[in-house]
Amino acid sequence: MNHRRSRVLRLEALARVEGEAALHLRLDGDTVAETRLRIYEPPRFFEAFLSGRGHSEPPDITARICGICPVAYQMSACRAIEDACGVTVDGPLADLRRLLYCGEWIESHTLHVYLLHAPDFLGRADAVELAREERAVVERGLRLKQTGNALLEQLGGRPIHPVNVRIGGFYRTPTAEELRPLAERLRQARDDALETVRWVAAFDFPDAAFDHDLFALRDPGRYAIDTGTPAVMALAGPGVALREVPLPGFEVHVREEQVPHSTALTATLDGRRYLTGPLARFAINGRWLHPVAAEAARDAGLGDPETGALCDNPFRSIVVRAVEVVHAVEEALRIIDAYERPPRPAVDVPPRPGAGAGATEAPRGLLYHRYTLTEDGTITEARIVPPTAQNQTAIEEDVRRTLQAHMDSAGDAADDEELTHLCERVIRNHDPCISCAAHFLDVTVERT
Amino acid sequence: MTGRVVVIGVGNALRGDDGVGPAVVEALRSRVPDGTILTVSDGEPARMLDLWRGADAVVVVEALRAHPASPGELHTLTAGEAAARSGGTASTHALGLGECLALAEALDRLPPRLVVHAMEVADVQLGARLSEPVRSALPELVDRVAASVRQAHGKEHEPHGAEGPPA
Repeated sequence: MNHRRSRVLRLEALARVEGEAALHLRLDGDTVAETRLRIYEPPRFFEAFLSGRGHSEPPDITARICGICPVAYQMSACRAIEDACGVTVDGPLADLRRLLYCGEWIESHTLHVYLLHAPDFLGRADAVELAREERAVVERGLRLKQTGNALLEQLGGRPIHPVNVRIGGFYRTPTAEELRPLAERLRQARDDALETVRWVAAFDFPDAAFDHDLFALRDPGRYAIDTGTPAVMALAGPGVALREVPLPGFEVHVREEQVPHSTALTATLDGRRYLTGPLARFAINGRWLHPVAAEAARDAGLGDPETGALCDNPFRSIVVRAVEVVHAVEEALRIIDAYERPPRPAVDVPPRPGAGAGATEAPRGLLYHRYTLTEDGTITEARIVPPTAQNQTAIEEDVRRTLQAHMDSAGDAADDEELTHLCERVIRNHDPCISCAAHFLDVTVERT
Repeated sequence: MTGRVVVIGVGNALRGDDGVGPAVVEALRSRVPDGTILTVSDGEPARMLDLWRGADAVVVVEALRAHPASPGELHTLTAGEAAARSGGTASTHALGLGECLALAEALDRLPPRLVVHAMEVADVQLGARLSEPVRSALPELVDRVAASVRQAHGKEHEPHGAEGPPA
């Protein structure tokens, strides 16, 4: 080490996530007047990078946007390009895609549940302390996560930046024989996943409720992962209304606008604040959970998903994530059990001029892509709307409500450190994207 | 051959100087003996633990932020030193190499030997190229990592024509 000068040296994940996260709080007396969050760097670089490239390139390029959810980027990219070219991929190839996606859900959710979110509820400083104190629990989480990883490796060719995905399908499809060992692992993972639901259901959850609109893909008969039409459920107002937002009109309804004095964007859906992600999926698709996952949800106190149960406490998102892992494990098993190798690894996707859009459910929520192509397949415009961008406004509102409730009960006694910890907890409820969001939260409090 | 040696270049090649780890791994191809696994990673801890499972020796190549920075300056750290230099617990969304090593230690999953070669970096914006100070210091970093690999294999001499599997 170099000791010539007195300096602070830090090994931070921040090197991969430039732009320190910033949360600005304005407290007016005992009222939280404003919360401004900057956690997210929009994928404008990638949109520009894609322009001028061939129509087969987006799955590879956009997979690099996020190390945790590359499959989500690949699948939304594939669907958008295939839409532009008038091609539908269905049958066993679509099942294989969903199988790959299940691997990502298992991996991403388990990472967040065990290493990032659970320590908040257990009074542990972080995953390292949790591992020291409750080693068997963390081992279980890593084992479960590794099963998701194995799916990615088998189908994607490697665990990060899968290389086996292409528009139209895959470069190579596995034989039924090759998938068999995965089924064995998944059956073991089912026990770990159910144990995870029981574990997190017993946590102590702060009282909280949101009234954001909820936004997720909806595919009647199936808990939407990579198929379906976007649908919005309004919680505020009389009754619970559900309406569809078909993809061709997505950008008319979902507006991203620059916040004054900031690089941050704020997203609204028909002018209203909304939330995408596990809580939205559970509300909109809950009745189509696999029976084992539905039962786990009921036992975990989430209500009966088959009759439209809602979870509006953001702290309980950890339970919904755990339930979704059970569903992903069951769905993966179902696909492998029924699998017959398709005759060809991919369908042809010849280019044609025009635009196409695609959306799938990334672990963090709805991920939208749109591409415009020329006759020879050259991309002239790319548009990517990731879940973390959409959720920023809802997260700000959650922070405001939680802080206000805290100050109402604690008075002005709350110090900045306590406020910071509380804000971080609220933000973690929504699992903001690891690659697009920054590592450290720099909180400033302005008191008037 | 003494056993399995794993080199992990941590970073994102599309994010300017953060690509220094992957760049070193690229430069090492054809310069390392058989039995060396060259790989890159985004640094996510559970994946790092998987990457070095069963390894006898691990060489991690990382970008390092310093305040104030001296881009291009090289640091060689032990696992313990790197763990002690984690960014603290204020993380909202991610865990860094320090936390990763501390986690591995808590779970008894540290490899028998591990060394971290880190370079101080400047620009980690998306789309940036390696900055000039980082580019200039790259050959020395590659030499240091190659020397660590040879040492891990118990060899003193430069090997010939061996190549690891693709990362």
